[in-house]
Amino acid sequence: MLDTSATGLVQVEEDTRILPPNLIVTSFDKIVNWGRLSSIWPMTFGLACCAIEMMAVGASHYDFDRFGVIFRGSPRQSDCVIVAGTVTKKMVPVIRRVYDQMPDPRYVIAVGSCACTGGIFKTYSTVQGVGTFLPVDVYVPGCPPRPETFLEGVMLLQEKIRKEQARWSPWR
Amino acid sequence: MAVTEVKAGIYAAGIDPEQIAGRIKEQFPEQVIEVTNHRDQVSVIIKKDQSVAILRYLHDDPHLSFDHLQDLTAVDWSGKKEARFEVVYNLLSTKYRHRIRIKAQVPENNPQIGSVVPIWAGANWHERECYDLFGIGFVGHPDLRRILMPEDWEGYPLRKDYPLKGPDFEKDWPGFVEVVKRSQELKEFEWDD
Repeated sequence: MLDTSATGLVQVEEDTRILPPNLIVTSFDKIVNWGRLSSIWPMTFGLACCAIEMMAVGASHYDFDRFGVIFRGSPRQSDCVIVAGTVTKKMVPVIRRVYDQMPDPRYVIAVGSCACTGGIFKTYSTVQGVGTFLPVDVYVPGCPPRPETFLEGVMLLQEKIRKEQARWSPWR
Repeated sequence: MAVTEVKAGIYAAGIDPEQIAGRIKEQFPEQVIEVTNHRDQVSVIIKKDQSVAILRYLHDDPHLSFDHLQDLTAVDWSGKKEARFEVVYNLLSTKYRHRIRIKAQVPENNPQIGSVVPIWAGANWHERECYDLFGIGFVGHPDLRRILMPEDWEGYPLRKDYPLKGPDFEKDWPGFVEVVKRSQELKEFEWDD
């Protein structure tokens, strides 16, 4: 670590220094991760009552936009898919295709008991959790989860993105 | 009382459901097996052979005029009754506002019954659902395909001998098994910290 006490750089947090008024010195990981976590654009995949809760979180009272979360209708423009609701086996090929269409980096949030584990539906038609065919990053429990839980799930994903290392690199 | 009079003016008086059951017995004495009355809900259990003719009579007779098929479903009485399946028709007359329930017995070895789509067009999807989940064939149906389950699904899930949790993974619906296996192959391309 360079001794920067003589250059006027001010350390604001670990690995980030500022030279007032407008020069910032930081790591590439930090700035890429900061950009990614500040604008998670999720692809909505509402399947049941959890979708109603998702709409409530997106609306003005709870306001997902505060965290840079803007719902997208197309998988090609999104960073994350929110699977909210009961996943039937008939729906599985559709969800997987939507996930495969998303550009990297991509994340999955499973919302609600049904999407996490199948919930009360241990039956012939219901998938016992989207984890069986998707790499899930955050599981949000609840039946359906409160909007606050929903927000907590997104913030946990932000924390996860913040800790990533060299995901931007082609040699990773 | 004024309200009652107005209503009586619009709607013709209906027939007591017990009497309707009696009329069916008169018209088709060979076909009626039993008439039950549970809390003023009258059910007529019939043989399946003439079921379409009976339902056609209920629909066309000017004094009965059952113009609305409220519901069409089936029951699996596996091990509890001699005929395994019963196809249930809930009928309502919007003109007379009387109701009746018809149950047609369908045996397990030949689960076929006549379609009522020519009588009530709305029966189309109901019969498809019955076919999908119980495996009852409706003879004369214009488009008898599965309606809820995937088209290449094996088995009829609402039958009592169908496993509640579905078949084992290897014997599960191929569309699902294929996606799960492919997702395991693609795991090596996923980001892992």
